[in-house]
Parts: sequence; structure tokens; C-alpha cells
Amino acid sequence: MIKELTKKDILLENLNQLDFSSEPHFAKDLRAEAKNALDQLEFPTSKTENWKYTRIGKIINKTYSIQSKISTSQLSISNYLIPELDANIAVLLNGFYREDLSSIEKQEGLKISSLKNAIAQENGFIKNHLGGIAKAESEIFIALNTMSFTDGVYIDLDKNIVGKKPVHIINIITDNNIVANTRTIVKAHDNSAVKIIESFVNLQGEESFTNSVSEFFLNPNSQVEYNKIQNKEGESYQVSTEQVYQRKDSNFTINTITLDGTLVRNNLNIEVNAEGCETNLNGIYLGKNKNHIDNHTVVNHLKPNCNSNEVYKGILDDNSVGVFNGKVFVRPDAQKTNAFQQNNNILLTDDAVINSKPELEIYADDVKCSHGSTTGQLDDEAIFYLQARGISKRSAVNLMISAFIKDALSSISIEPLKNYIDSKIDERFGS
Amino acid sequence: MLSIKNLHAKIDDKEILKGINLEIKAGEVHAIMGPNGSGKSTLSAVLAGREEYEVTEGTVNFLEKDLLDMNPEDRAREGVFLAFQYPIEIPGVSNINFLKTAINETRAYHGKETITAKDFLALVKEKSALVELDAKLASRSVNEGFSGGEKKRNEIFQMAMLEPKLSILDETDSGLDIDALRIVAKGVNTLKSSENATIVITHYQRLLDYIVPDFVHVLYNGRIVKTGGKELALELEEKGYDWIKEEINN
Repeated sequence: MIKELTKKDILLENLNQLDFSSEPHFAKDLRAEAKNALDQLEFPTSKTENWKYTRIGKIINKTYSIQSKISTSQLSISNYLIPELDANIAVLLNGFYREDLSSIEKQEGLKISSLKNAIAQENGFIKNHLGGIAKAESEIFIALNTMSFTDGVYIDLDKNIVGKKPVHIINIITDNNIVANTRTIVKAHDNSAVKIIESFVNLQGEESFTNSVSEFFLNPNSQVEYNKIQNKEGESYQVSTEQVYQRKDSNFTINTITLDGTLVRNNLNIEVNAEGCETNLNGIYLGKNKNHIDNHTVVNHLKPNCNSNEVYKGILDDNSVGVFNGKVFVRPDAQKTNAFQQNNNILLTDDAVINSKPELEIYADDVKCSHGSTTGQLDDEAIFYLQARGISKRSAVNLMISAFIKDALSSISIEPLKNYIDSKIDERFGS
Repeated sequence: MLSIKNLHAKIDDKEILKGINLEIKAGEVHAIMGPNGSGKSTLSAVLAGREEYEVTEGTVNFLEKDLLDMNPEDRAREGVFLAFQYPIEIPGVSNINFLKTAINETRAYHGKETITAKDFLALVKEKSALVELDAKLASRSVNEGFSGGEKKRNEIFQMAMLEPKLSILDETDSGLDIDALRIVAKGVNTLKSSENATIVITHYQRLLDYIVPDFVHVLYNGRIVKTGGKELALELEEKGYDWIKEEINN
């Protein structure tokens, strides 16, 4: 009997070309489990509740080539650096960590390295925790990533270590029509702190697909700020998943800034599993042309006395489509939770679309929670008012857009990054 | 300075201005009065360049240039200032930032360099004192959470900052208590010079006790039907508009 190959089969067959035979057993086992999980998992369709507004045909109807080995191609990364920012730079090129393009300043108690190397060295933490919170069996893109990630960045902070400089991961695709699976894992030990930026960019990279998974483990009283900048030009596809686990008194902040991308899906899952935690999840998305930008977030409050703040702001131009689905669970034990969630959108054209669904599920009775969603247009009256003072229409729009998204950027603590984002917004909307 | 000839304008096919003629010279203050619906606010909107109004006939020359041919920002940069009847609240946009942008875009339009931070701050300090606007208000979001009086004072503050050649005050007195009215009027009078001109659009004679006009025009049914000196305003206050309507209709 001849079985017709499904899209999943074709993609798997393709990814099977990757050779992981030299990896230690724990990694091979992990990949094998992921492969098994894939037998049960199917690509979501519009009938899948969590994917109702996002069709992934563009991603899975293609045949990608696979880069199976690290290349030595030279590349100037200067275009991807953030001006005035002194950072440790880690470069992932087409899915591979490029030591030669990276520059990491040694700091006692702080490790920033290739994940592949850490696996090869059978690093204890990696051995015990890789795949620990981003579970292959839970989701098809996590499974695909676990089965076939080629490399990624491993950041490890010892007790009481505060990263002197931010870590800037430049995750770049330079070839057309390839698929890259990258994996980041961050361990913040007790009382440690680190700031991370990850830029997803491409040079060429037409019709390429990036599937990234990041796992964040926050020990008691640690602080992690993760800034994700998505700016892939041209026809590009990206699914990225962050899985976060917070222990007592930890503080996790994620800022998701989507400036461009044909099809972008962000899955953010935060498990707040101890008291005294603070969680900030903010985002801005600027859709243009036929961009489709989807943010799905889940905050799961399991224990009492925690705060979470979520502000996502979208500006959708041309024929772009935005999706926001934010879910906050407050479990029975999680008394005295403060959970605040907000999604605001501006549609710049009649053809732009937003699907916004803020959700709150509360099982505890002594909590403060709020959520809300708004969609509107720029206020013409306000634009005229500004024009009547001598400000060009374009500047007036820019002023109003900057004002609109300001509070979604307030938890970025890296000043040069803030300026960089401002300059990108200026480029887009300003004179 | 401003020469309006046979100006007709409509909105949604409804003709509102039906042939306005008005000449304004530098150094003059003109009051435009008239009953509700006579076209007062339409006139100010057309001069400032609101797109909803369509000019169907006539010309407006401002300092020898065709005003109607310019977009709203260029009119402002050329020196036309409209103090809004209902100033708009713009959350998140700081009063100071937006004024700095306005001043710098106007300077760039005239080929001048941007204002230095120091000069700008000095200007803010000087001009906010003029209308007794709290420095804190100056740095807040545009009109957000301002009281009615504060909004109107903020309009005059902006006018002081931008130093226009022609100021149009659209019912600036409406809703003002007597103290706020005095402050607003003091601001306008201080800014008055032989180089600039003011159009005061109002319903009530009260404001004209403080800002004394050289000419008073009565607008009725889209036309200026009567022009006189400041005593005309007093007459209107005393007798209302009915006698004018009768005069016209007969």
C-alpha cells in the first residue's frame, strides 16, 4: 500500500538529514523522544483553537534545504548591532553558533556559550534541564525544535552573579529557503541577574523559516530581562516559543518587539510557581504589507502574592493582520495575585485586521485582576490639532504612535535598546 | 495681511459661508460676532485648513500668498494660529515635546536652525508665566486632564510660543470664569503688536471689554452683514441679534 506523504512527513524527512550521532546519550534520547512525540502531533489547522486566526500553510507548504554543518562564511554583523550598546555578542548564523563572529567578555560565574558545545561536554545543568519546561510532547513546533535544533545559546549565571553587560544574541539567516531550529537556555541561579536581547534578522533569507525555542529557569530572587526583537525583512516565517519557570521572589521581564515578518507566531508560557514573583510581559507589533503577527501568551499563577503586568500594543498598517491572545490563570492557591492585562491596537487602514482575545481565568477569591482590549484609529482631530501648530501630518502621526506605544516599552531597562526601537519607529512613521 | 474675497464654503453639500469679504491689516483687532449657526466657527476652520470644508468660490490671500492652496501645517508655519474652541486632548504626547517639534518644523520651513534646548526652556518659562500656566501643566500630555480654563490658557501659551502673525481666537471666552478670562485677555494683549493681527470670534461682548477690537463684524447666514467699531458690540449686547436679522430680512 502506498501512503501519501503528509506535509509533516516531508518536513521530517528533510530534518532527518541532520546528523546527531556524535551527541551524548541524553541528547540522543531527548531527540528520539521528540521524534516519537511527533507521531502523535499534527500541524494545527484553523480548527485548532489556539491557531484559529493563524494559518501556517505558508510555512509548511514549502520544501526547505537544510544546512547540516556550520559554515565558515564571513559576515559583517555591524548592521545588526545596537548603536551605543556595550554587550556580549553571541551570533547564531543559519542555526549555528559562530564563535568567530561572537565576542564574549569573560566574567567569573557567567557562562555564555554554544549550546551544542555544552551538550557535547555533558554539562550537568543541560543534561538535567534541557527540554524540562519546553516539552516536546506538548506542542508540535517544540517537538520539531527538540528533534532538530542545530545549536543555540546557553547562558548560565552562578549564585549572586550579576551580568556586567547585556547579552545580545544575533540570530540571523543568510540563505534563502532554509529552515533553522535554534534553542536558547538560560539558567539564573539564586540572586543572579542578567539582561538579554535576541534579534531575529535576515540577510537574504527569503522564504526561510526560523523555529526557535527558549527555556528560562529562574531561581529564587533572580532577575531576567529578555528583549526579543523580530525584524526579518522580505518573505520570512518565524515561530518562537519561550517557556519560563519562576521560583520564589524572582523577576522575569520579556519585551517582544515585532517590527517586520511575513508570518510571526510567538508562544510565551510563564509558569509562576512560587510566592513573591514579579512578571512583566510587554510587546509591540508593527504590521505592514501583508504581515501576520500573532502573540499568544499564558501566565499561570500557581502561588500567592505575585504580580503580573501585561501590555501589548499593536499598530497595523496596509493589509497586515495582528492576533493577540493573552491568557492569565489564577489557580486556587494563588491568593493575593495582582494580574493586569491590556491589549490596545490602532488600525491605520481599512484593510488591517486585529483579532484580540484577552482571557482571565480565576479560581482564587482574593485577587486583583483586570484585562481589556481596545481597537481604534488615530484620532483625526488630534492630527489636525498638531498640524495647526505647524507639525507635518507625518510627524503628527509619528508623535501619536510613539505616545501610543510608550507604556509598552517602559519595562525595557537598556537605554540604547530603547533608543534603537525609537529610531526604528521614527524610520517607519517619522519624517 | 489677510484678504478674504467672496469666500464660499460648504460641508456635506450644505453651504455655510456664502460670500465673505474681509480685509485685515497688521496691528488690527477684528471681532466677529453673530448668532449660533451663522458660520463663525466654519470661517475659522476654513482659514486653518480643515479638510471637511470645501471652498467652492472665492480667494483668501495671506501676506500675498494663496492661503487656500496650503496644507494646515504650512498655514501655521506662515503665521496663522487658531486657538481652538474645544482644544483636543492628546494622551501621551507631551505639551513641551510637541511645541518643540512645532517650533523646529516651522524654523526648518523658514530655513532656520533648530532652537537650542536652553533657548527653548527659557522661552517656555517666559511664556508660561504670561498666561500663569503652571510649569507642570506645560510638561504634561497635551490638554489631558486640564480644566476648561487651563485648556484655554494652554492655547494662548502655545500662541505665545509660536508668535503667529495672525491669531484667530475661536470662542476662546466660552466657558471661562472671569479670572481665567482676564488672564487669557492679558496674554493676548501682551502679544499684540503693530506687526500682527487678531481675529476674535465670540458670542458675547464680555471678552471685548478686555480685548478691545478696532472693528466689529456681524456674521449672519454666511455673510458679514454689518461692520462697525467697538460700540457695535455693545449695541448687540443690549439689543441681541434680532434687530439685525430684521434689518436684513427687510
